[in-house]
This record gives sequence, structure tokens and C-alpha cells, in this order.
Amino acid sequence: MTNPTTTVGNNPADDSEAVIASGVSGETVVAPRHHLLDLDDLSAAEINELLDSAEGMLEIAGRDNRKTPALRGKTIITMFFENSTRTRVSFEQAGKILGADVINVTASASSVSKGESLLNTVKTLQAMQIDALVVRHPHSGAPYFISNHTDASVVNAGDGTHAHPTQSLLDLFTVRNHIGDMTGKKIAIVGDVLYSRVARSNILAFQKMGAEVTVSCPNTLIPDEWNLGSTLGDETGFGGLKLARNVDEAVDSADVVMALRIQQERQDAGHLPSLREYSDRWGINAKRMALANDGALLMHPGPMNEGVEISSEVAHGGQSVVEEQVRNGVAVRMAVLYTLCAPGKSTRIGNNDSNSSDEA
Amino acid sequence: MAARKLAITGGRVIDPAQGIDRVADVLISNGKIDEVTSASSGKTPDGYEQIDASGKIVSPGFVDLHTHLRDPGQEWKETIVTGTRAAAYGGFTTISAMPNTDPVQDSAAVVDDVMRRSAADGLIRVLPIGAISIGQKGKRLAPMGELADSGVIGFSDDGNPVADANLMRQALSYSVELGLPIINHAEDKKIGAGGVMSAGTVATRLGLAGVPAEAETAMVARDLHLADLTKARLHIPHISTVGSLVALRTAKESGVDVTAEVTPHHLTLSDEWVYGLKGEVPATVGSEAYDTNTKVNPPLRSRADVEAVIDALNEGLIDIIATDHAPHAATDKVCTYNEAAHGINVLETAFSSVFQLVDTGKISVVRLIESLTAGPAAILRKDLGSLKKGFSADVAIIDPGSKWVVNPEQFESKSVNSPLAGVELAGRVVTTIYQGETVFDLNASGVFSEAKQ
Repeated sequence: MTNPTTTVGNNPADDSEAVIASGVSGETVVAPRHHLLDLDDLSAAEINELLDSAEGMLEIAGRDNRKTPALRGKTIITMFFENSTRTRVSFEQAGKILGADVINVTASASSVSKGESLLNTVKTLQAMQIDALVVRHPHSGAPYFISNHTDASVVNAGDGTHAHPTQSLLDLFTVRNHIGDMTGKKIAIVGDVLYSRVARSNILAFQKMGAEVTVSCPNTLIPDEWNLGSTLGDETGFGGLKLARNVDEAVDSADVVMALRIQQERQDAGHLPSLREYSDRWGINAKRMALANDGALLMHPGPMNEGVEISSEVAHGGQSVVEEQVRNGVAVRMAVLYTLCAPGKSTRIGNNDSNSSDEA
Repeated sequence: MAARKLAITGGRVIDPAQGIDRVADVLISNGKIDEVTSASSGKTPDGYEQIDASGKIVSPGFVDLHTHLRDPGQEWKETIVTGTRAAAYGGFTTISAMPNTDPVQDSAAVVDDVMRRSAADGLIRVLPIGAISIGQKGKRLAPMGELADSGVIGFSDDGNPVADANLMRQALSYSVELGLPIINHAEDKKIGAGGVMSAGTVATRLGLAGVPAEAETAMVARDLHLADLTKARLHIPHISTVGSLVALRTAKESGVDVTAEVTPHHLTLSDEWVYGLKGEVPATVGSEAYDTNTKVNPPLRSRADVEAVIDALNEGLIDIIATDHAPHAATDKVCTYNEAAHGINVLETAFSSVFQLVDTGKISVVRLIESLTAGPAAILRKDLGSLKKGFSADVAIIDPGSKWVVNPEQFESKSVNSPLAGVELAGRVVTTIYQGETVFDLNASGVFSEAKQ
């Protein structure tokens, strides 16, 4: 990554660039980054740098005429192998505000539906000389695999049950805007930890920022090697994570309460007796929010099942920042795309060489 | 091969079936073993061709009870020709072809075809295994008597566990008269359904659905009880969990007629290999992770399981090593971990990979060779796996000091799906002799200087 401050001169007449540059300028504290696959390899400083950048982006996104030329001439492909509204549109909007050409590929309307392999799909797109591939895939690790076979920047927009780094960044951004320094703050995540990539990425992300994370869910929805009532050791990769015995314990004195979507499939697969029982025992409602600290934030990554994991009353109540999360998602994704595809950064290098061999 | 007379001189001859471990000469004529001399004479008898094995280990040719040859039906992955070449390269002179071919080896017609083509095209001996159920579907018993008459050495629906406990009971019971073992892939598919690796910390970090060890353990326990009920012979393939070993010990102590095998990979690789760093545990997950060449069934287990199967092999609780050689095409592995096919290409790395445990003092070389020769031959109840006078002259010569770096592109196997690519191993098989003929000689110009002609 070229230091963005050196690239402002591309179009000095446009003050958007200055804003963008100011957002990501200052001390460059980390090595250039080509992909965003997860947050586990980002330092707190690098995360903060991205969030600082998102501040500027939020301002741009709120303007009347918000089109900027920052990524003019760059081509970003969103490749969604799972259904999505908010994430896909959010990335598309982020890219378009920055002036990039954004092309949306969905599995059902592409050659994937004709049986084309992921490898060949990626190679085909790669041959068109693209700058970034935003990937949502039902299989954990798919963006890692793709990153071995393309020179474009790969952004993980959610892979299987593994990670959803831009969701975590927007959640961090939202929380930071409300409570500032997260050190020692208590984050309660309530929901399907076993299958939720949001839960996993957010546990890592909030811990990295110094927060104390507690999760609560049915014992059937955590990995077998985790035990309710314990605190995980470092060997688990989630060291310090607290596993509450029940939801009240998790929510008690929390500064942030995050409810996760519970899917009908969990009931069908026998993880739960019923969604009704889940709602009763783990649903976030006004009574449970009252256990949290005054002014605690209520978050949900969406889409919500109102009346199941979250009651309508609190979902649209004064503590809810759900819509703010969505708005912030665009700004955070602008920051990510700008950081990875910054002007002057040659992201199409090596399209014709053998760097991306099958051996990778 | 008419009357080749061969003297393999000066090597350390290890033949566990006869309790031999001494420097000696092995004399071969007419494709049979003549004798293992009491000591090395230092000279070659008149009329004998000499192979100087000084500094090397001379072992009976290895016997594998668990090979997937993919032929007929998936010849783009492996064929009888390439699979037997790979076997010879790895020191094997007898392999057992698993029946999950297409069509399935569930009738005399298919078994006869495999045997006929193996005899004609194979470089070494191929013994077929028959299916337990028709089409390996777990519904009705295959014609086990007919298959036995055709020469199968056991029955297995490998890859597909016999989920129906009563069908398993009937298969065991029916096999008693035939005297052949039932080899059931032990895995309760309902436990950990959808899992693609072993459950545990690695799976959780990678967000991959995990299969608990108990999916294997539960069915091993069931099978052991059914073998006790029926007094049949049960052979447990690719055993891999601490829990299975506990059940196995109890069953053996109470006299159940059971044997068990472990694969080279379950002896040497843990689930941490899925991180893609040859067993190193990274602080953060990198793009090398999700190494699809580590995807195998049963999955690579925890380090505790690995240590347990090593100990069990050492003490004889686990009887033998078998490869579960499972070649797959590149397209089956260059994909996401979920999409990847299960299986590791093993034949050519089997001995050397387990030899790492000899180098680290975890297992003796004698026990290693016994697990690949006398052990499997005893389960087959055939005159194989030993250098006894009159036995087929099947020999593997190993250079214990020879180091090599695994390069699957150079495999004789048609496929390259090995997680050991780039790993340096020692204890290389340098010569393989089958029925008195050299079928593999590393030092000859070209790996298969004779066989490839």
C-alpha cells in the first residue's frame, strides 16, 4: 500500500481526497495490507487507523453530492455466493461513492450455477484485470483460498461460520463513536456462537480493543470443547472470552448488548427445542436490557427476527443502534476499499505471471 | 523371471515373523526365498546376481490391507497400473483394493475383473476386498459367499459405515463361515453431521464444522459388542481416537476376535496440520490455512489422539499399519475445504513418514516393519510378509540414512494429494523386489527402469 498521503495529488481540485487522506494519514504504523480476510492479524493500531479513516468516509457519505473520484478507474467485483441485502448493497454503495466501477456477481446468476468451479470463476474474473474482489461464501476459508489465486485484493464479506471482518469493523466503529475507549468495557454477545461468523469476528475484534467479552447461548450452540461458566484460555484462540451460565449473567452490567440472529435451521437440526423457548430464555427484551448499564447500547448485525432473539420494543427503542450500524457499514467499507485499492497502488500487477499458481 | 538367482548381501535383515534381526544375506531363486543366511558371508554364491545391501535394512515386502485403487470407475485419479507402481515405490508388494469402485466390488464379476487386470497389468500383488452390502448402500448384504469364492480377503463398505446395527450384526454373523474379517469404517454419520475436520480448537478457530472423536468411538464400541455377540472376525480400519482404543482394549481382553489398523497420517499428523504450516500453530490464520490435502476421513485428530495411537501400535493393541491410500484429482483438492474430497495419497510416503517415529525413538524399526509385514499377513492368513523359505520373494530394501524431500509431482501415483509436500523424510525405500524381480530401484536410471518398459 502506498501511503495514501502521497497520492492526494492525483486530483487536488477535489477536496474529497483531502478528507479521505486526512482520515488515513498520520503515522503509518503497520505494513501495507493487500487483503482483508479476518481481523485476527490486525493490530489495535491498524484497526483504529481504519476506523479513523471511516470517520472521514462517514462525512463524505452524508454529503448531498457524495460522489468522489478517489477510486476512479478501479474495478471492484462483489461476488456473493450467499443471499445478502445489507452487506452486498453496502459494499456496492461504498465502492460507488468512491468512484470505482462496481460489478455484482451472484452465484445464482453466474456460471457457478452451470457448475463452474470457484477456482475457474476466480481465474475468469482475474483475467479481466480487477482491483478488488469482495467475497461472501458459505464455506469457511473460501476468501483465503481465493486470495491464493488472484492478484486482486480480496475482502472477506463473510465466509461460512468463520469470519465477517467488515461487520466487526462497523460494530467497533459504532461502539467507539458512542463510548470512545473500549478498554475494560463489557460486551455481551447473545446468540448462536457455533454457527455465527459475526460472533467469532466480534469476539476477536472487541477483545483486541481491550474490551471484556461475554457470550451467552444454549450449550448446543457453542463448540463442544467450551464449557459454560468458564473463561477460555489462550490456546483456544479466544483467550479471555467468558461463557456465561445464563443470559442474565452475560447482560448484567454490560456496556454493549449484541443479539445475534437465530436461524430456524437450528431448531430443525435439534439444537433448540423451539424458537419460542429460545426467545424466552435468550431473547433480549426490556427486562434484560434493564440489567445492563445505564445507556448501554443494543446492537444487532441483522437481519433481525423480531420477537425471537430481540423484542420489537428494544429493537426500535432508545438504546438500539441497529440502523446506525447499517449506516456506518458503508463508511467502514469505504475505508476498507480505499485502504486496499488506494490510488497509485498497483493492484493489477502480475495478472499475467505465474504468481497465482495452483500450488499456492 | 524364469530362474533369476539373486543374493541380497550384507544388509540388516529384519523379518519379525521369524524373529530375525541380524546382518545376513537373503538368497532368492525362481521367485521364492531360498534362505536367510545365519550371517553375511561376504561373498555371493556362484550364479547369483548380487544386490549389495550393506548399510541398508532388508525387509519382507510390505503388505497393505487398505488401498483405494479407484479402478474401475475413477481412472483419472488412479489405475491398477499407477496404483501398483506407487505401491512398489513405497516398498509394498501386496495391497488390498477397497471395493468403493464404480461399479462397486459387490459381485464376482467385478472382483474377477479387478483380479484379472491386476494380474495382467499390476506391478505387484493386488488382493480385492468385497463390499459388505450391495452397492455399499447399507441395505442388503452383498453376495458374500460368491465374493469369498472369487478370492476377496475381507468385506468392507469403506467410506460408508454400516449404519444399520442389525445389518452389521448379520454381516458379521454371515462371515463366520467364510472365515473372513468384516472391515467396517466406524463413524456415526449423525454425530457431527456436516463436519469436515476433527472437532476441537483448530476447527473452532477456522470456523470449520467439527466431527467429534465420539462419532468414531461410538461405532467402534457398537461393532466390538456385535463381534462379541456373533463371534465373528472384526477388523477396525484407520482407528484414530483415544476412546476407540479404550473400547478396543476391553474387547481384546475379553477375547473378541478383533484386529485394528492405524494409518501413517494418524500416527504422524494432528489436526493442527489444517492450518497449512506442517503442524505449526500460527498466531493468526494465514492464506496457507485450510490445507485441503489434510482433509481425510477419519479426520486428523488431536495431538493426544496421535500420541495414543503411537503408544497403542507400540504395545500391539493396534495390530498393524495400513495406508488408506486415497488418491484424488487436483480438482478435488484445489477448492474450499468443505468442497474438498476426503483422502490422502499415502503409498509412496508411508514407510518414511512413520520412520520419523523411529528417528525420534517413539517406535522401534522392528515394530514398524512388523506392522507392515507379519502383522497384516497374519490378518490375511496368507504366506506373505516374511522371508521364510519357499515364500514369494517379496523384499523391500530401505536406506535408513537416506533423506529425501517429498515432491508429489514425482509420485508414481496419478494423484498428488499429499500434505507432506516439501517435508524432508528419512528411511527411504530404495529397492522393491516382487516374486524375485526388481520392480522398483531408486538408483537405476529412471525410477522404474525395468517396469516402465
